[in-house]
Amino acid sequence: MKLTIHHLYADMMNLYGDRGNVIAIKKRAEWRGIAVEVVDVGLGESISPTSSADLFLFGGGQDREQTLLVEDLSGMKGADLRAVVEDGGVVLGVCGGYQLMGHYYETPEGQKLPGIGVFDMYTRPRRGDEARLIGNVLARVRAPEEDGVVHEVAGFENHGGRTELGDDAEPFADVIVGYGNNGRDGTEGARRLNAYGTYLHGSLLPKNPWLTDQLVLGALRRVDDRAELEPLDDSAERDAFASVANRLRKG
Amino acid sequence: MPGVMARRVDPKVLEKLSRRLRRGSVAITGTNGKTTTTRMVSKILHTAGIRAVNNSTGANLVTGVTAALVSDTSLSGRPASEMGLFEVDEASVPRVAEEAQLSLLAVLNLFRDQLDRYGELSYTAKVIASAFPDLPPDGSVVLNADDPLVANLGRGTKNPVFFGVEDPALDTGKLQHIADSKDCPVCGTALSYEAVYFGHVGVYRCPNCSFARPEPAYRATRVRMDGPRGTDFLLTTPGGEHEARIGLPGLYNVYNALAAAAVAIEAGVEAEDVVRGLRAFGGAFGRVERVRVGEKEVFLLLIKNPVGFNEILRTFVASPAERANADRAGHVLIAINDNDADGRDVSWLWDVDFEMLAEAVTPGGAVPRFYVTGIRAEDMAVRLKYAELPVHSVIPDRKEALLAALGATPPGETLYVLPTYTTMLELRQTLSDLGHTHPFWEDK
Ligand SMILES: [Zn+2]
Repeated sequence: MKLTIHHLYADMMNLYGDRGNVIAIKKRAEWRGIAVEVVDVGLGESISPTSSADLFLFGGGQDREQTLLVEDLSGMKGADLRAVVEDGGVVLGVCGGYQLMGHYYETPEGQKLPGIGVFDMYTRPRRGDEARLIGNVLARVRAPEEDGVVHEVAGFENHGGRTELGDDAEPFADVIVGYGNNGRDGTEGARRLNAYGTYLHGSLLPKNPWLTDQLVLGALRRVDDRAELEPLDDSAERDAFASVANRLRKG
Repeated sequence: MPGVMARRVDPKVLEKLSRRLRRGSVAITGTNGKTTTTRMVSKILHTAGIRAVNNSTGANLVTGVTAALVSDTSLSGRPASEMGLFEVDEASVPRVAEEAQLSLLAVLNLFRDQLDRYGELSYTAKVIASAFPDLPPDGSVVLNADDPLVANLGRGTKNPVFFGVEDPALDTGKLQHIADSKDCPVCGTALSYEAVYFGHVGVYRCPNCSFARPEPAYRATRVRMDGPRGTDFLLTTPGGEHEARIGLPGLYNVYNALAAAAVAIEAGVEAEDVVRGLRAFGGAFGRVERVRVGEKEVFLLLIKNPVGFNEILRTFVASPAERANADRAGHVLIAINDNDADGRDVSWLWDVDFEMLAEAVTPGGAVPRFYVTGIRAEDMAVRLKYAELPVHSVIPDRKEALLAALGATPPGETLYVLPTYTTMLELRQTLSDLGHTHPFWEDK
């Protein structure tokens, strides 16, 4: 089986080591003998689902880049991505990419950039008296996984925008240490079916290998519902997670 | 805090004192290389017999500039120096320009490592540009032609002075994924590059509008890297051509030297003194330091961001010339902290091209022996793991790690230590505690 990583706007939305997420997915698949292809989906290029397992990554960018790609996203590409999510396809949006998965993202200049609306949420700019939300984050994932384990994730957030979830949005996680969506309601990110949105980079996936595997497995199972992943030696990744998590718990 | 105090006593103190400097003041800003470039200019001025006052590293805000001038001034109010030479933090440029009557303001480059502090790169560019109208009528700006965002600052400014590198052999052939300013700053179209030297720095033009790399008045051509020992290049100035050499490795130091040459010559120094000063320059505090430890050598190379990290890996660890000289790839201690001064977000480690290193060393070559340390040692270990580079040991404690890596380095060989800022201070202290203090505080 082959795994195809569709990296949305890879050349524009690559802030904060999103590349780390691509590397983590690629390596963890390859170490299990699964071939991986990374396809960059740029401006004006359409999403082309393949006959292999597909995984979509949507990273963070600066405001300028975000403005440039909104028009592109409002056409067929956004509709296609919405269809992928509703069909149970695997999508991970981080920071700027996450923000554009909601109804809209309002820039500091007051321009409302429409998102693709897969999460019932919107993002407003920070007010003059509000700080950027910057720092390490530790959060408990909302939904227990199929193995029954409730996972924690660690990462780093850096965003001015405040995201407010609507009634139909499920948070991805609950903040233990850090700010999360808006620094007010304790939620972090959003999840719908196999689509995940989060403010965490760090990079996110290398230190949270269970999540990487969950994304990979989700993608593989769209092609073969009995797909399984062999366990890997994750001691280095676990050490990295534990080192941050312990430090944050101590305060 | 003498600067803070002095400004409280007299808010106009910087303006008053800088007016008394006979040769005026120059300031150097940019993401990378401020300290090195300022020290290079300082060395050149010293060579030319010009007395300059400069602020010390880490004091590059308006208070630091004020403090430097205050301490240079006698009780009767007369300055000991003829000229001010200031390294200025990007965000402090408008304040310093407003008060210090800069005859020259040099902008070296704009990279992304200040995101924590300022939010956006284009915002930083705007902040710097906002200072230009405060330059005196005969003042000018010195800009890196090869950095599109910096070059763009020259539009709408009178008489900008550009510097740049022209050497097709240095083209890496590809934009690094970390390139963060590769769109036209005027119209947003992706720039087309004739050569990419590192990051987004190179020879470019916009395929859509008239924006293009300006013709530099100060150029480096025929650049020859001599491993860690230094770099030779042909320096072209408006007055002629000169063979130049710096005792520092890496293309980024050629840029620093070019900027220093442009600043010094525009300030009235003779080209011969520039070349002599550059040759005599031994490296700035903490940037590249060699320390003798018995029969071994320790090379301390400060890591600031992915672009710098890549340059260091390319120059020291993966360099074919280096590997030809030594039959083993050497011992490397990477030390990563995440304090404010290091950058609190370690995501940037994933933008460093360790994969390039893995490719460069695997075909039959020896792989460096990696030790990792620092508050984020474990993150660093994961990064190397995903580049398929073996990690020899993960030792978060800095002292233990240094002793282990030093102990494993055979006599006659070099231990390369690649620390972020605060781990560099810790490791230097450790070396000093061990009695190896030699060139640490010698900075000119
Ligand atoms: Zn253009």
